Amino acid sequence: MKTLVWVEHDNASVKDATLAAVTAAAKLGDVDLLVAGQGAQGAADAAAQIVGVGKVLLADDAAYGHALAENVAPLIVGLAEGYDAVLFPATTTGKNVAPRVAALLDVAQISDILSVEGPKTFTRPIYAGNAIATVESSDAKLVITVRGTAFEKAATSGGSGSVEAVSATGDAGLSSFVGAELAKNERPELTSAKIIVSGGRALKDADTFQKTIFPLADKLHAAVGASRAAVDAGFVPNDYQVGQTGKIVAPEIYIAVGISGAIQHLAGMKDSKTIIAINKDEDAPIFQVADIGLVGDLFTLVPELTSKL
Amino acid sequence: MKILVPVKRVIDYNVKPRVKADGTGVDLSNVKMSMNPFDEIAVEEAIRLKEKGAAEEIIAISVGPAKAQETLRTALAMGADRAILVETDAEVEPLAVAKILKAVVAEENPGLVILGKQAIDDDSNQTGQMLAALLGRPQGTFASKVEIEGDSVSVTREVDGGLETVKLTLPAIVTTDLRLNEPRYASLPNIMKAKKKPLDTKSAADYGVDIAPRLKTLTVKEPPVRSAGIKVPDVDTLVNKLKDMGVAN
Ligand SMILES: Cc1cc2nc3c(=O)[nH]c(=O)nc-3n(C[C@H](O)[C@H](O)[C@H](O)COP(=O)(O)OP(=O)(O)OC[C@H]3O[C@@H](n4cnc5c(N)ncnc54)[C@H](O)[C@@H]3O)c2cc1C
Ligand SMILES: Nc1ncnc2c1ncn2[C@@H]1O[C@H](COP(=O)(O)O)[C@@H](O)[C@H]1O
Repeated sequence: MKTLVWVEHDNASVKDATLAAVTAAAKLGDVDLLVAGQGAQGAADAAAQIVGVGKVLLADDAAYGHALAENVAPLIVGLAEGYDAVLFPATTTGKNVAPRVAALLDVAQISDILSVEGPKTFTRPIYAGNAIATVESSDAKLVITVRGTAFEKAATSGGSGSVEAVSATGDAGLSSFVGAELAKNERPELTSAKIIVSGGRALKDADTFQKTIFPLADKLHAAVGASRAAVDAGFVPNDYQVGQTGKIVAPEIYIAVGISGAIQHLAGMKDSKTIIAINKDEDAPIFQVADIGLVGDLFTLVPELTSKL
Repeated sequence: MKILVPVKRVIDYNVKPRVKADGTGVDLSNVKMSMNPFDEIAVEEAIRLKEKGAAEEIIAISVGPAKAQETLRTALAMGADRAILVETDAEVEPLAVAKILKAVVAEENPGLVILGKQAIDDDSNQTGQMLAALLGRPQGTFASKVEIEGDSVSVTREVDGGLETVKLTLPAIVTTDLRLNEPRYASLPNIMKAKKKPLDTKSAADYGVDIAPRLKTLTVKEPPVRSAGIKVPDVDTLVNKLKDMGVAN
């Protein structure tokens, strides 16, 4: 089987989530990569170093500068002819583009796969991860998004892929990029961090969140996450949200502070290796998944913990 | 401008789904069902655009069983003007839903279709993007802000790194994220009024769409359960545990 993996990148380097998609693709067959971007030679060169990669197709054009689905999808559809499966990391950009490709190819997309069970058989979470479905595709071609926490990351050096330019398909003229407000973050990225400290509604306001959660995260060199309630209330930006409809994380250690443990939150973090929960309600559902629970007022416990580390 | 809002009847988000013992699916008998939460946000956004004078008519549509009428009545009670039920007892995959919606768009010519970003049962996150592809229209997915500006729409999107704004030519497809708005509750008088609003019932065949599934579900299982943990009495014990894990010294 021949597979093509769409690469998420910042023109210079390959984003981590892509590496899990490469591992999933390698379970199906040979792996080629597609780097679409503007001035993305650096990303293509980096992609060629990933272990297990054959060809890296580089489509360098202004139309791909911001990964607009309207422009990227026709490019992938054109290339898909030579492949049996096209895979995307299940990031917001991957999720934006993949279904557009699937519909143009007239195939049912398989979202967020957790494992490869056979050439056309995969497992995927449904109902906020409260059930795992094994599905078999009857389509001639596969379009798949890959859950980043479910597969090992392919090694980023030691590969010997070759970079090959492919021609651009132009600007569809339907959409344009206006601007972005991307959070500047000195801390590790949520989806690749080894330790995450997350805060919930109990943190009261942005200032309290900042003063309580961030020092603990700094001590542990951890990323910071949040529940939906904390994001909705404006304590932290939207990209901190962990959960069914936010980011899916599986760090070595996940510390949930003042988070009740609604199923939508658990969906995003329950595959963490060790879960630690701090909550004043001993019956909070978060304790049903926590390996280590500490019952009490976070406003005394968290500063104490931070000072003792 | 008309706005089309697809709404799906799903398990209520407060209910913990139970997998059937025979591994064929999730048990939905005697379970509270509601409108998919992202679709409530979509209906609300359509109503706000109408209230601002940017739209004249809101049409809610659902593909599903007869009971999905309740979901459509909820949309009508919130403020949609009329509804279409494409009735089927089959589980319809996003691709087939998108094909039905494409046919409805051809009849109704809406300037905007506002969908949820994700149905909380299948968690597919596909239908809006697929509809946009089939229609050759632009898509503004995971929207946290939608503004009509003449013959285009500006959509701010929730992306992994923060927020991104794109400008789409109309007609366009938008999918909603959680922070786009807070949906209103339908008032009792509006619930009464909704009973008299038009609701058409159709079938997939009326639109000439083949809804046969492309994916076969072989089994549905419970995820691995986490073994019960321990409670520690104080911060010192927690610190020692962290030391044992090698993250503190
Ligand atoms: C469609 C949909 C999608 C959703 N997606 C997500 C998602 O992706 N991620 C997500 O997180 N949620 C999501 N939610 C929301 C989810 O249902 C919950 O509402 C949310 O997770 C609750 O956040 P919380 O635990 O911070 O708040 P709460 O449930 O209010 O919990 C606060 C907790 O803090 C504890 N507490 C209060 N004061 C203190 C104190 N002084 N010290 C110690 N503990 C204290 C309380 O005991 C309580 O357990 C979604 C909901 C819907 C409908
Ligand atoms: N059967 C359906 N009837 C009406 N709308 C649907 C249906 N299935 C999906 N949708 C719409 O598509 C969105 C995304 O669903 P999905 O792609 O299944 O995650 C939902 O939020 C709805 O707006």
